[in-house]
Amino acid sequence: MNANAPSSSSGGAGSPDVNAPRRNSKRPKYSRFTQQELPACKPILTPKWVISAFMLVTVVFIPIGLVSLFASRDVVEIVDRYDNACIPPGTKSQKVQHIQDARSNKTCVRSLTVTKRMKQPIYVYYQLDNYYQNHRRYVKSRSDQQLRNRGDENDTSSCDPENEANGMSIVPCGLIAWSLFNDTFSFSTRNNSQLNVNKREISWKSDRDEKFGSDVFPKNFQNGSLIGGGRLNESIPLSQQEDLIVWMRTAALPTFRKLYGKIEVDIEEGETINVVLENRYNTYSFSGKKKLVLSTTSWLGGKNNFIGIAYLSVGGLCFLLASTFTIIYLVKPRHLGDPTYLSWNRNPGGH
Amino acid sequence: MSAGARSKKKLHFSKIYSFNCGRRRFNNDDDHSQIGGPGFSRVVYCNENGVSEVGNQNYADNYVRSTKYTPLTFIPKSLFEQFRRVANFFFLVTAILSFTDLAPYTAVSAVLPLIVVISASMVKEGIEDWQRKQQDHEVNNRKVKVHRGGGVFEPREWKKLRVGDVVKVEKDEFFPADLLLLSSCYEDAVCYVETMNLDGETNLKLKQSLDVTSTINEDSSFSNFKAGVKCEDPNASLYTFVGTMEFQGQQYALSPQQLLLRDSKLRNTDYIYGAVIFTGQDTKVIQNSTEAPSKRSGIERRMDSIIYFMFFIMFLMSFLGSIYFGIVTKKDLNGDQQKRWYLAPDRSDVYFDPNRAPVAALYHFLTGLLLYSYLIPISLYVSIEIVKVLQTIFINNDIHMYYEEADKPAHARTSNLTEELGQIDTILSDKTGTLTCNSMEFIKCSIAGTAYGRGVTEVERAMAKRMGSPLIVNGRDHYFDSDSSLSVKGYNFEDERITNGYWIHEQRSDVIQKFFRLLAICHTAIPDVDEETGKVTYEAESPDEAAFVIAARELGFEFYKRTQTTISFIELDPVSKKRVERTYELLNVLEFNSARKRMSVIVRDEDGKLLLLCKGADSVMFERLAKNGIEFEENTKKHVNQYADAGLRTLILAYRELTEDEYKAFNEKFTEAKNSVSADRDDLIDQATEGIEKDLILLGATAVEDKLQQGVPECIDKLAQAGIKIWVLTGDKMETAINIGFSCSLLREGMKQIIIILESPDIIAAEKAGDENVISKISKESVKKQILAGKAKVSASTSDPFALIIDGKSLAYALHDDIKNTFLELAVRCASVICCRSSPKQKALVTRLVKEGTRKTTLAIGDGANDVGMLQEADIGVGISGVEGMQAVMSSDIAIAQFRFLERLLLVHGHWCYRRISSMICYFFYKNIVFGTTIFLYEAYTSFSAQPAYNDWYMSLYNVFFTSLPAIALGVFDQDVSARFCLKFPLLYQEGVQNTLFRWRRIFGWMLNGVSSSIIIFFLCIRALNPESYRKNGKTAGMEAVGATMYTCVVWVVNCQMALAVSYFTLLQHIFIWGGIILWYIFLLGYGALPASISTTAYRVFVETLAPAPSFWFVTMFVSIAALVPYFSYKSVQMRFFPPYHGMIQWIRYEGNCDDPDYVNMVRQRSIRTTTVGFTARSIARDNNLYHLNLERHAPK
Repeated sequence: MNANAPSSSSGGAGSPDVNAPRRNSKRPKYSRFTQQELPACKPILTPKWVISAFMLVTVVFIPIGLVSLFASRDVVEIVDRYDNACIPPGTKSQKVQHIQDARSNKTCVRSLTVTKRMKQPIYVYYQLDNYYQNHRRYVKSRSDQQLRNRGDENDTSSCDPENEANGMSIVPCGLIAWSLFNDTFSFSTRNNSQLNVNKREISWKSDRDEKFGSDVFPKNFQNGSLIGGGRLNESIPLSQQEDLIVWMRTAALPTFRKLYGKIEVDIEEGETINVVLENRYNTYSFSGKKKLVLSTTSWLGGKNNFIGIAYLSVGGLCFLLASTFTIIYLVKPRHLGDPTYLSWNRNPGGH
Repeated sequence: MSAGARSKKKLHFSKIYSFNCGRRRFNNDDDHSQIGGPGFSRVVYCNENGVSEVGNQNYADNYVRSTKYTPLTFIPKSLFEQFRRVANFFFLVTAILSFTDLAPYTAVSAVLPLIVVISASMVKEGIEDWQRKQQDHEVNNRKVKVHRGGGVFEPREWKKLRVGDVVKVEKDEFFPADLLLLSSCYEDAVCYVETMNLDGETNLKLKQSLDVTSTINEDSSFSNFKAGVKCEDPNASLYTFVGTMEFQGQQYALSPQQLLLRDSKLRNTDYIYGAVIFTGQDTKVIQNSTEAPSKRSGIERRMDSIIYFMFFIMFLMSFLGSIYFGIVTKKDLNGDQQKRWYLAPDRSDVYFDPNRAPVAALYHFLTGLLLYSYLIPISLYVSIEIVKVLQTIFINNDIHMYYEEADKPAHARTSNLTEELGQIDTILSDKTGTLTCNSMEFIKCSIAGTAYGRGVTEVERAMAKRMGSPLIVNGRDHYFDSDSSLSVKGYNFEDERITNGYWIHEQRSDVIQKFFRLLAICHTAIPDVDEETGKVTYEAESPDEAAFVIAARELGFEFYKRTQTTISFIELDPVSKKRVERTYELLNVLEFNSARKRMSVIVRDEDGKLLLLCKGADSVMFERLAKNGIEFEENTKKHVNQYADAGLRTLILAYRELTEDEYKAFNEKFTEAKNSVSADRDDLIDQATEGIEKDLILLGATAVEDKLQQGVPECIDKLAQAGIKIWVLTGDKMETAINIGFSCSLLREGMKQIIIILESPDIIAAEKAGDENVISKISKESVKKQILAGKAKVSASTSDPFALIIDGKSLAYALHDDIKNTFLELAVRCASVICCRSSPKQKALVTRLVKEGTRKTTLAIGDGANDVGMLQEADIGVGISGVEGMQAVMSSDIAIAQFRFLERLLLVHGHWCYRRISSMICYFFYKNIVFGTTIFLYEAYTSFSAQPAYNDWYMSLYNVFFTSLPAIALGVFDQDVSARFCLKFPLLYQEGVQNTLFRWRRIFGWMLNGVSSSIIIFFLCIRALNPESYRKNGKTAGMEAVGATMYTCVVWVVNCQMALAVSYFTLLQHIFIWGGIILWYIFLLGYGALPASISTTAYRVFVETLAPAPSFWFVTMFVSIAALVPYFSYKSVQMRFFPPYHGMIQWIRYEGNCDDPDYVNMVRQRSIRTTTVGFTARSIARDNNLYHLNLERHAPK
């Protein structure tokens, strides 16, 4: 633009030049930022980029998928559903009465066959189905204060409806603690040698150290008119009640496993494990399944093919896309900047 | 005081001028009888300040406030403003409800984001209001001289003025309040007032005080001045004022003639004295001010619809959830049978009570709303506000929109419309001062049938450009000639035959002499002689007038002195070749008005000859020529037509000699007419003048160029290529408007003109008869007929472009409710629309018609106060911050210094802002849908008990920290193509006009993308982590681990999605996008390190449970990639095979074809719809014509 702007300032002659120039005083400062000219990378999805991106994902994902699958394949897992099997045949139709009847015999023996050698540690889990530990009423019903500090014993306001019994505060209060899982399992091998279950360190360390006090003892627990789940030894502080600690870390989904203990010996292939269990916990009234799970772990965790399969599928999908794109690009090279697709060319109108 | 000013002082201007607004006597005393009654109760004691303030006390002070808030009202009022927004109000309700048991999260986590968001908005409000306060402060602290007592005047701030004060206002100062004029520097106490800020009229108005006070015109004489004024109460009527003044024991009636309104300006008068009558809020201009309409952009309106849609989804989710919840809860207890006994349904409170399941479901519905409120982006409004403020900063700082000459950068005054700039469908432009400079330059003349003047007009230049050759005159190109010797404003005449006194050698030098004498005498300008340099400057009513006097001066007829009865000028004596002084006696001025279209003066020259000198429009002048005066008629007519073609304003000059008797007869009649008080006074005057302005002898014609502003044709061409329609709404005459239309390529040959006017004989006859009803009926019929005929013509021809030209009178009828839609239909089908002679109100009405009729975005651009209505009515008002006062700028949304900056404002900033805002809003909803849907899906696994998987603080900080900054960065910095390409491919602008980036399809596309991402994230996460152990130590993932992993995936996905969506990756984008992700990990670390009582479920969750697990990292990785694959594939296909227009330009840039002109042109041409206005269209039309001609020529015979 030329500087010879027609002198547009001032209408008629003689109007005063009010803003006599302090020249350029309001001129915006030049900077690449204010002029929006910052150096920038302007990525654009060229065939090369698209194919390389897909191929990169393929190349990274397929090996990870394979490794994960191998890791998962090495894991040995035995799952045994026992909720139905452990009800005496005669009481099948009154499962709930049976389980609620304090006098009925709830001992049950199961035998499991080890299909593959299991290296120690072998983790013992119980798995519950259709059990809403994530129900909001349930999740809320606990008192972290009380669990942590002896002094906050009476801090049970959040524990409703399981906050006090017989006029005294319950420790630990709340529905979660109240409904503590109380089936027990003991394991022996075919030759009747006992398999010890180590129940130490099955909970998170931070829970033991920080969330459950070492000077807080169960008190007035399961003393109410209604008894929920398991009882607690009142002479052991909460920080060592690891079953409770595990139970109180609520599960995310209605199907969940919780760690019961560890068997710290190897078990050979073909071995049969006899399980003597006390089937006390009521899942019958809401038709929840109960399963006993023995599993080793790999570096990736338990027997879960999902991650491996997911990696392989995503990798495979990307490979498929990469090849499709390659083919399309080769078969149908399109002249760039062909404007025939523009909406306003398709339906011309207006000016 | 200068000598010139002193000489002026002796003049009785009231006698020289016969302005319509001149003094009139009162013949209706009815109004005055009301004084003292209701509505007329104001009593003002003038000049009693400091003596006794009784009576003046309770009137408002002169402090004017334009701020929205005061320090006291700021908090409540701005809070109220904030919560008027539905979304904000919703969040307020959720925040309040979060204190009850209903809330699925802690109250503080819900309140904090709201506080952050609301306070950010309030801070912005506060800053804006503070800036307004600064402006107020500036106005209120202006100084004016106030009588202190004892005849001494001292400067005082405006805000301290009191009713009754006597002030002295000097030349070119604004009146600080509504004043009663007491006296002025002139003996007859007249003064000139420019009321542009009030009504947009640029001509000066004459005001005059009462005779009794006119003599009190010295500072000292005010020491004993006392007067009492009784008048009407404050009201908004600008043109009425009723009051009486009691002075020296006598009552005098006051009229608007004595009232000087605040915000008007004293012109051509050295000083006046006035008494303050109305102050501050009571002044008429402030009473008149309507609150500026608050404008909202179309995008924001649509955004509201999206928010309502999201509300609907949210309610639906909540509703379904609560129904399911109610059913499941009810089943939990069946008599004594408890299903989910671990929930203790028998001992439940009301929220979960199976016995009252419907109530529980109802409560749960509310809880659900609280939980799903994460679907609504709480930070959206504030983010948009931040983004828009930053965008306006970019606009304000654009160096390409800075106008060097006037030192004015662009200034976006409101920040809430930036994206509308990218969607303009129609521009409604003012002409004068916007397209043209409003500086008239005397450029050509035709004297005695000979054409003089070698200047080149803009039109000639444009035409030359069209012909493909730059017009070279005198060996140089004028347009680009910067150091022209012709730097005299208003004068661009060069012709060596006339300049420098050479005219005496011309054949008809006698006519030339008469011609320029006429220019030097026949006008109403006032000279002002600079004492030192002897240079004369002029104060004239209009720029044309000034141009004539200046031209005469430059050519040696220097008008330098006007007294009440004489006009003096210096001229070159052709015989003695000396400069001699001549003084003519001025007898009468027959002033110009739009009906007469001419002005005359009657003078007696030094020889005692009586002359009537007349100049006027060709339409009225040629018919008034004497039989012996038509010697040059043919040539002059030819020249006038040529000048008009070249876009010039022409006037015909003629004169006549009068005999004494003739004059005497006329003067009697004229004086009588002027002094009459009857209603037909004007008619009488017309009759008197009609009788004498005849039998004229033609001298020649003048041509004045209404200069186009720099770069206007180019800009219009670009805008036309961008597919923007341009309408010109002007108050000018049709001829002028058409001329300008040609010069800026809005009109061209080959374009069919549909002209709608009311000049058919029957209408004229009806007008003569004067029956209003008949006139309006006939006129309306006629307009209707013309519109329908026009429509038929347009429909009949598909190929030819049409131009619609309509004048103000017809427009008034065309805007009637029953025909306005037909009119609009016709108008939108024409390539150009020009409305001439339109009033400010009509401009606003036309704007409203276009806005509401087409439902498209309109932009109005103008510079004068007469454009205010239009600027406020349009979706966006752009003010030209030129010279015509600040009124337009003050009511505009964006002020630019030159019309040509519109190109960059729209095509670059508009396009970017539109793109940024629409992408940002889409992204905002996307990210919240991703997040909200994972919450909802999780609910399905908790039997809809409204337990979120996430920690409270993850949820509340999602919008504020982890995902907002990249979105804001997108909104501020993203560019699809650079500014250079925006301008190179103007059609890119159509993306905004057609709203391709924010149509429902795209919005739903983004929503769908959000839902699909969310589903992928949720199911992959829960399946990958559950129920098996997820790490080597055999532990299983609890709710906190699943929640944190899922949240990590969400943060990754939405940020990576952003990375894919951005097309302009600066360092800042990197910082914000990757920073958002890193911030999340840092937060997780930091929050997890807090004591368990604070961090609850997040306690050491990262360090202890997640980070050591390889599966956590693996899951994050594949979930993030998997969730992005659909979008990435879609985008790749689209970019390659169905690229949007900006995508094509990106390809061009990427492939480096942008410097290959053929290629670029090919793409551009193929994608361009043919434009019909602009010089490109002109040249194409010309090429086509040639092409067809060639075809015909070569066709086989």
